[in-house]
Order: sequence, then structure tokens, then C-alpha cells
Amino acid sequence: MAEERKKCGEGFWRSLEESQSDRPRPDEESVSSDAFPHGPGDVSRRHFLRFMGASLALAGLGGCDRPPAETIVPYVRQPEEIVPGKPLFFATAISIAGLATGLLVETHMGRPTKIEGNPSHPASLGATDALAQASVLGLYDPDRSQVLTYLGRIRPWSQFVAAMQELRKELRQNKGKGLRILTGTIGSPSLGHQINQLLKEFPGARWHQWEPAGRHHTRAGARLAFGAYVETQYRLEKAEIVVALDGTLLSCAPGYLRYAREFARRRAPSPGAEGTSRFYAVECTPSSTGATADHRLALSTNETIAFVQALAVRLGIDLPRTPSLPPPQAHWLEALARDLEAHRGSSVVLASEHQPPLVHALAHAINRSLGNVNQTVAYTDPIEVNPTDEIASLKELAADIDAGAVDTLIILEGNPAYTAPADLGFRDRLAKIRLRIHLSLYNDETSALCHWHVPAAHYLESWSDGRAFDGTASIAQPVIAPLYGGKTAHELLATLSDRAERSAYDVVRAYWRERRGGSEAEFERFWRKSLHDGVIEGTAFAPKAVSLNLSAIAAAASPLPSSGSGTQSNVPRSADSQSVELVFRPDPSVLDGSFANNAWLQELPKPLSKLTWDNAALVSPATAERLGLGTRQGFTGGAVYTELVEIRFQGRAVRAPAWILPGQPDGTITVHLGYGRTRAGRVGTGTGFDGYALRTTAAIWSGSGAEVRKLGGRYALATTQTHHNIHGRDLVRTVPLAQDRETQANARPEKHNAASHPSLYPEFAYPGYAWGMAIDLARCIGCNACVIACQAENNIPTVGKDQVLRSREMHWLRIDSYFKGPPNNPETVYQPVPCMHCEMAPCEVVCPVTATAHSAEGLNDMVYNRCVGTRYCSNNCPYKVRRFNFFQFSDWNTPSLKSMRNPDVTVRSRGVMEKCTYCVQRINRAKIEAEKDGRRIRDGEILTACQQACPAEAIVFGDINDAESTVSKLKADARNYALLEELNTRPRTTYLAAVRNPNPAMDKA
Amino acid sequence: MAQIFHPSTNTISRLSIFGALFLVIGLLWILAAIDRSSYVTEAGVVREQPVPFSHQHHVGGLGIDCRYCHTSVEESSFAGIPATEICMNCHSQIWAASDMLKPVRDSFKTGEPLRWQRVHNLPDFVYFDHSIHVHKGVGCATCHGPVDRMPLMWQAESLQMEWCLGCHRNPAPALRPREFITSMDWRPPAGQEAALARRLAEEYEISSPEVLTSCSTCHR
Repeated sequence: MAEERKKCGEGFWRSLEESQSDRPRPDEESVSSDAFPHGPGDVSRRHFLRFMGASLALAGLGGCDRPPAETIVPYVRQPEEIVPGKPLFFATAISIAGLATGLLVETHMGRPTKIEGNPSHPASLGATDALAQASVLGLYDPDRSQVLTYLGRIRPWSQFVAAMQELRKELRQNKGKGLRILTGTIGSPSLGHQINQLLKEFPGARWHQWEPAGRHHTRAGARLAFGAYVETQYRLEKAEIVVALDGTLLSCAPGYLRYAREFARRRAPSPGAEGTSRFYAVECTPSSTGATADHRLALSTNETIAFVQALAVRLGIDLPRTPSLPPPQAHWLEALARDLEAHRGSSVVLASEHQPPLVHALAHAINRSLGNVNQTVAYTDPIEVNPTDEIASLKELAADIDAGAVDTLIILEGNPAYTAPADLGFRDRLAKIRLRIHLSLYNDETSALCHWHVPAAHYLESWSDGRAFDGTASIAQPVIAPLYGGKTAHELLATLSDRAERSAYDVVRAYWRERRGGSEAEFERFWRKSLHDGVIEGTAFAPKAVSLNLSAIAAAASPLPSSGSGTQSNVPRSADSQSVELVFRPDPSVLDGSFANNAWLQELPKPLSKLTWDNAALVSPATAERLGLGTRQGFTGGAVYTELVEIRFQGRAVRAPAWILPGQPDGTITVHLGYGRTRAGRVGTGTGFDGYALRTTAAIWSGSGAEVRKLGGRYALATTQTHHNIHGRDLVRTVPLAQDRETQANARPEKHNAASHPSLYPEFAYPGYAWGMAIDLARCIGCNACVIACQAENNIPTVGKDQVLRSREMHWLRIDSYFKGPPNNPETVYQPVPCMHCEMAPCEVVCPVTATAHSAEGLNDMVYNRCVGTRYCSNNCPYKVRRFNFFQFSDWNTPSLKSMRNPDVTVRSRGVMEKCTYCVQRINRAKIEAEKDGRRIRDGEILTACQQACPAEAIVFGDINDAESTVSKLKADARNYALLEELNTRPRTTYLAAVRNPNPAMDKA
Repeated sequence: MAQIFHPSTNTISRLSIFGALFLVIGLLWILAAIDRSSYVTEAGVVREQPVPFSHQHHVGGLGIDCRYCHTSVEESSFAGIPATEICMNCHSQIWAASDMLKPVRDSFKTGEPLRWQRVHNLPDFVYFDHSIHVHKGVGCATCHGPVDRMPLMWQAESLQMEWCLGCHRNPAPALRPREFITSMDWRPPAGQEAALARRLAEEYEISSPEVLTSCSTCHR
């Protein structure tokens, strides 16, 4: 059986170099040369003794100061709910691109420190994503705009209000002619109402929306299919077959946290549960979604259109015939089509935003023809206040500026000077407007071009509301007063009304008061309940019947391909190796660039490429070969030297480092947006290159005919993918579903008898609790939410690109991605790796000062105040989960950041080792509460930060002494295995092998 | 060649080698003594406070329970320092014109909080929780000393890890029935000390010394 298990993990690799060489890299020689890249140096014996003598003499001096005197400042009148030392949780909601997700915010004495998902919110179910987790750092960001300015000079808010009232007088006279409001996609009902009221008062005014990473194609696709804007929802728990056309389903589609959970529940085979679903993905660039698929097809956008059209025709939809597909694709399509036909009403085809509108329309048509509507697919009214073709809306604004029809432009958040498509020349056009007002969190690229800059309030400082993917409305309440005097969009718009000093609270409350009617007391009850719950009851939209306009789709489909993004016909894989399809994607970490100044997100290794602090032009291995591109690994471990390329598209060019990504379709190049900021702040300015410089209104997500040329230079990218090389060991395992059923049936208990192996290490007894963790690789979607949740919970510092280049990142939890198979379309598995908390821990026995010790409950405790920084423990850790503070990485000086830290976790200093603690502060809190109640801790009472954030429920923590706990049951599963079991470390963190459910009809080729 | 060293040098050198041993031991002993002295631990050092609040008067004299002011001691890690409002509950009526209490009245009027000097200050890497100690039957006076006899507050114990571990290794003798938690003069009935300690440790389900002395019990 061990042999059999071994096979499950064979053939995995992490970097292309590793996949191509037979012997594990690096060999002995290069290891030693890597360790001393600059040679041993010229320290003589005398120098050495001198330094050591001085160190010894000075070593004791550090302890000679007494602790500083502290003052205690109690309240004058203590608020009733606040108990010092106990956190309070408030429900609120974060809105990104007009979509709200319900949150619970942990506050300590009025300071928000940690974001959790709201279990009663339909778009969260208790989970969060990396952006929401990191938003707490955004709140305390010292680079946020702190003053209101007019032409760069500081002005008081009252002066701005007076200026707006002046403007109002003018607008009343000319009926609002020349007034333009530019916002992102607005999902907030009350803000939408406020804007509509303003437009009613000033009929000459216009409202434009532009969301750089918005849902342009989704809307256009719905309009093409149904003749109206319609919201699509999926019921993945009912789907046996899921087909994702490009990958946002599990990374940024509306409601994706919920979808990830529904999806994951159908992926991990568990006894008694419904069967495992089968997942197909067709992708233009590798994503987390495709990485979890059973079958993945890498196609360029144009190829995808042809493929989906052919699929639609094959499934009997009346469309113009398509040119025949190349044989491998045709074979794939046939197998897929048969599977879909066998699962009418229980399959679902999802088109992601980045696919052209036609693909969306075709997906709607396929779902209808398969009878999936009202089964796995439902349609509702749009959740946006005013769904618009935003590209057209922005073009119209540009045209009006040229025509001199725009006198005043109010930009409510967003950064159009940076994010607007390059062909609109928005920066230059902006200068033509007489009065420009910008509300923004940062004094950014757009603020620099505006007369008035008003600092915006962070969402954790603001009253507002929003709607989730299913229409459920939430009221967003502030959890802290504005730190930097920021104002909300509600307050800014109010200055143009007859009630200039109206607060956002009044606006939001008045809106819902009007909507609810009834008595004041009744409303007060409703208001308090809605604030407490974080959702407004009964606001989800009911599914509605829609009629599909097949002839419109057929008309759009006829001139194939009609992506609207280029004129080149058919596949761009031409003989000219330099002409490629250019694919734009929002960055997985910093999105459209609005999170660029967030160091947590900048340092977050992106899924698959594991790049930090940069974006890159992603190319396939074959394309790289044609262009003569290569990468070279640097001495310092984290550095990968890549070659610079020039990408030229429709007359504009950028220089970018080329990153060779396994699974990227040939003949395409992917550019992530959100980098190359020039006024982001101290963290974000100057990272990466600006992808927006190439993006045009005709090529929002992709465009054909880009020219790529190799330039001379090299560029160092900081990637964590090459850290902690696996040297060909059996760390990650997958099992096909069929085999899993077999092993489930044959599961024998002896494999848990690892404890019978002899060991020289001391034995411990665990009579009380014994904490353990099980991580299900079948569920993990590599979304990174856990990594940021861990960072926020445990006060983990960021180190900067320079240190990541030296493999010194501090993340306690890393997500490794493993590839298997051919580099052009590999199978991918994610593996989150926290501390294993070994029962026979190699780190413990080598510590000379017992700074790492075994707890009575099996935790591998780290005692920072004892640590003297020998790093022996890290050297002896086979899992490489220990992190060392080579420098003073924690910021002890910036006042705002002090408020952000979790008061229950020590802030570490330089020279100290640290690692995952299983969130021991949460264990202790639960233990104390349980002991006060005189009971044992209940299963599921302790959620580690990573577990709580995980949308896919991949991480389970609990007491393994309790046979009934979820974690014990998972550990008894036949798929359960330990990393490097042969070392007899007896890790408490174990893994459940990933499960693949391949279609037997699909050829492996 | 004449002898350079006098024969007594032999004795001197033997003595000094022997003496050096004592010197080193003596130095270490002195260092250890300094480390435990109130100079370092600040135990027994009286702090100046903005208002010379007397626990002796309020606890010993008037018999006010600890929890009247330290409200969160039973539910939170932090025992709580009374808000100005709690002082004013009585002092709006009693000693309402006292000069000594002027800072309290000012605070109440202006909303500017009082700034007390911290007496019991643990290092930031120690996470002490009052509520669990109180719940498990460790009395206030066990750690804070005879507060009812302190005109101005001082720290009664060293608060060093050695002192914490003293109880965590053998918690039973430090326990008392919960109903006497805040009592300043409770003593175990003579002759029954050991039996009571055993009974309480069992009744209050005190964790084993292995759990209590695990690093992560106090350090995170």
C-alpha cells in the first residue's frame, strides 16, 4: 500500500528547471556555492576573535534597562458593551466593484484588528478573500491621503462645502448642464438613489460609470442573449458537471466565496455525501479555477470562441457551422459534450468575465438547451443600481470632453487617469475640464490632475450599504471614526444638495426609512437587527424567467471569431512567432491597482507563479522557446532573472519581464493590470509595469496582433516558488476517484501505527487535548485568503522585495503549487504548508536555550523572548516552516500600524525565530472560556485564522484525542497522509490527497 | 640563578586559583541577588499617583469589594481600572469638595481621563488572564498582597517567571474557596491546609502541572 501511495505523489515538480532535469536540483556542489555566493570572505582568526570578544562583552548590556514606566488610562464614562481585554465583533460589508460581501470585524477597544466573514451573509458564509483580509492594513495605511487640498494647498472641509454650494447655485441656473459624475460600478442602493436624486434636480447632468476590473463582458453577454441586463447565479451544489470557460469562478466572480464552498463540498468525496462532481476548464491563462479542474484545455480567446461555438452546435443549438477544430480539441469537445448530454439539468457551463460577450451568450444558450435553467442556473434582476455599458459610458464622457460639454467632473473614488483605456488619452482630456473634483483614499494619479482632492473614508470608517451577488442588501457600518478626516461619497454628494452637511448615516438611514415605511419604532427594530445581522432580511432577488434571443446570438456568431478585439481571423498561432494574442487580467493580489499600496498583498505570492512585488508578462514554455527567452535562478534562492521583452500593441509599447508559466496557451501573453503605479504610496509606487498602457476600449480583456520582441536586459523577479525545493520527494499526492473508492473500501488501520516506530526523541503523553489539523488538497483552490488571514491574525511583518529575493519572506503559512505532466498543460495541485507541529519534533531537540518546546497538548511552542537566533531549529526542520527575523521587519515606529496589531500576539523583534502556532491565542481563549463554563472545548469552537478564512473548508483543526471530532474523522480517511512520514516526525498536520475525477472517455493525450 | 619568586608564591597562587572559584560563584550569586532585588523587580516600590488613592482606606477601612472598581476581573484578562464615573458614584456626595479629589472631578467635568501609574506591569510577551485565575480559586491577595494595608499601591511580589512557576508547578496550596476570592484576611482552617488544597484542586479541575507549565500557556 505504501508503494501504491508513493505512486500517487510521483512526477510532481515545482519549477520548469526541476521538471526538465533528471537529478534533483540543486546538486551538492551548487548547494554549497549557493550558501556562500560571495565566497567565505577574508575574516582572519584575529578579526574573528576581536568581533566575538566585543559581542560577548556587549551581549549583557541589552538587559540592563528596566521596563519603561507605563500609565493606565481608564475611561471617564465606560461604554456599556466594552470590556477591556475582550474583543467585540461588528457586522459590516466590503464592496469591491459594486459587489458587497458581509464581514464581521474584530475590534479591540475600538480598534479594528481583524476581518472575518459573516456566516449569515450569503456571499460569505463565514469565509473571506485575501482582499478583505488585507483591507485592515489599508485602513491604517500611513500613506493614505490625510488632507483636503485645492490646487495642492490644504483647505478645510468647510471651504470645500462653500465652494460646492457656489457650484450648486450655478448648476441650478443652467439645470446642471456640464456636470458629470464619474463613479465605479455602484451597487449601493442609497448612493445610487442619491445620485439619481441629483440627476433629477439637475437634468443636464450625466452619470458615467467605469470599473477597470468590472463586469463589462458579462453585462454585454447577458444583453446579447436576453436583450436586457440580467444577473446569473449558479447552484454548484446541484451540478454534477461544471464547465468553466476561463477562470474567475473560484477567484473573483460575484459570489465566488459561496461558489468555492459549494464546489469544494462536491469535490471531496466523503461517505454519505453526494457524488463527486467533474470539473472541466477552458482557459486563456492559468488560474486557480483551472488548477482545480479534472480536465483543462489551454486555448487563446479566439480559439475559445470557436470551441464554444462548436460545442453549442454539437449540443444541437441552431448556429452557423464553425470551421472544424484541430483533432485534440475535437476529441476533448466530443467527450465533454457526451458528459454534458448525460447530465441534462445537473450540469452547468459558466463563462467568466474575461471571455467575449459572445461566449457568455453561448453559455446561456447551452445552459438552456441542457435544461439547466432553474436547476443549476438562475437569473435575477441586476444587482447594480444602474447597469451600464461602462466602456461606452467612458467613451461618451471622453467625446463630451472633446466637444467642450463638460464643465465640472466629480470623480467618486476610482483612479481613471491610471485605469482608463489607453486609447482614450484620459490624462490629457482631464486637463480640458474647467473644474475637477476627486474623492479618493490616496492622493493618486488622478488626484494630481484634479483641482479639489478630498480624502475618502475607508469602508471601515463609513456608513453605506451594498448588495451581494444574489441581491441581498447589507448596511455597512463604520467600526472606527475616520482616522484621517476622510469623507464618504454620500457626504461629498450631499454638499451639492440643499442639505450640505448631511452625514452618510443620515443619507443611508433615510433611504431605508423611506423604503421600509411603518412606524418609527418598527423601523428602529429593523435597523438594529439589520446592523446586528449584517444582512437585511428578505432582500435577495427572486429568480425570474428570461427569454433567450437565439437569432441575435446566431447573428453575432456568424463572422467568426467576433471577439471585437481584433481583425485577425482564426487562430493567431501564425508562422510569425512574434505576433501573439495579448490577454489582460486583474492582478490576483492587487486587483485593478487600487490595492497597490498594501504591502501584505504586494508580498503575497500570486497563485501558480508565486511572484511577489511585481507583475510579469506570462508566456508559455513553447512561446518562450520561439522568442529565445529563458530564466536563470539567482544565487540567493528567491531571485529569478528573467529576460525583458517589449510588448507592442496598437502603436503603444511597454517593457516587461517575461515569466514562463506552465499551462499558458501558446501564442498568448498575459499581462496583469494594477502595477506600474506612479503615485500609489511608499509601498506601491514603482512596482511592476503598467498594463493599462496597452489596454484599449476594443481590447478590454484580450486583443490579437500584439508584437513581442526580446530586449537585451535581465530583470530580477522575486518568487517564492523556488524556495524550499522538494528535491523529488513525495510531498503531494493525488488519487483518481476510482482508486480512492477502492482504497476507502480497503482502508486498513495499520497505517496509523506510525507511533510504534522507535525514536530517540522523548515520548510525550497527551492525556488532555491533542491539537491537530487536516488539510484537504481536494478542496484547496489556492486563493491565498488563509495566508493573509494568518498574517493579520499573527502580526506577521512584510519584508520587501529585496528580502524575498533572499528567501526571507515571513509568511507562516505558504501555499506551494505543484505541477505534473507536460509543461504546456500540466496538472496542478496546491498545498498549504503551516507548521506540522511534529510529535517528534526535530526543531525542539537542537535548540540550545529551549526556546522551542513541546506543550502538553502537542503544540510545538515558540518562545520568542528566549530565542537567541541560532537558527538551528530552522536548519533541522524538514518542512521548512520556520521563519527568522533577519532584520527588524516589524514596524515599531509608525503610530497608525501599532493600532492595527492583534494585542493577543507578541510583536517579534529582530533576531528571533517564529512560525505557525496553530493560533495558540485562539486555543487559549477558547480553553479559558470552556474552563470557566466547566466543560470541554466543543469540536469546531476553535477556528484557526486560516481555517476561518477558507472559503473551501479545506483546513480543519481540532482535538485528535476526541474520536468524534471532524479532524479525527478526516485523519481516519484513506486519503490521509503525512508529509515525509518516513522521518517519523509524526506531524500533527496531515493532508488528504487531492482527488481527480477524470472522464474515462477523455484520452490522456 | 636566583629564585624570582618567593616560596610563599606557591601558596598565594593556590589560594588565588581557589579564591577565583569563590569569586566567580560570589559574583554570580550577587548578580542573581540583584536580579531578584526590588531594585530590578520594583516590588515594594510605592508609586506616585495623580490622586493618592488609598486601598487601605477603601478596602480595609470601608470594606469595599475589589470587584466594585475592578469590574472585569471575572470575565476578562484585564481586571479593569475604574472609570472616573465609578469614583464619582460616591465622591459626588462624599468629600465632594476635597482638594485631593479635584483631579477626579476635573476629569469627570472635562472628559479628560485620569492617568494612573501602572504598578503591576508584565512584559509584553506574557499573556496573563485574571478571569481564569479568579475562577480557579486564586485569591486577589495571593498575588497582590495585603492590599487592605497599602495606603498607596505597591507591587507585593516579584512578578518574575520563577514566581509564576512556583504556583504553576504546584497550584493547590494557592487555592481558596471561590466565595473568599476577594477576602483580604482568609486563611485556610488550621490543620486542614493540605486536605483543603487537594479538595479544591479536584473540585476546580485544576490542569496538570504539565499543561500549566507549557510555554504557550503564558507566551504566544
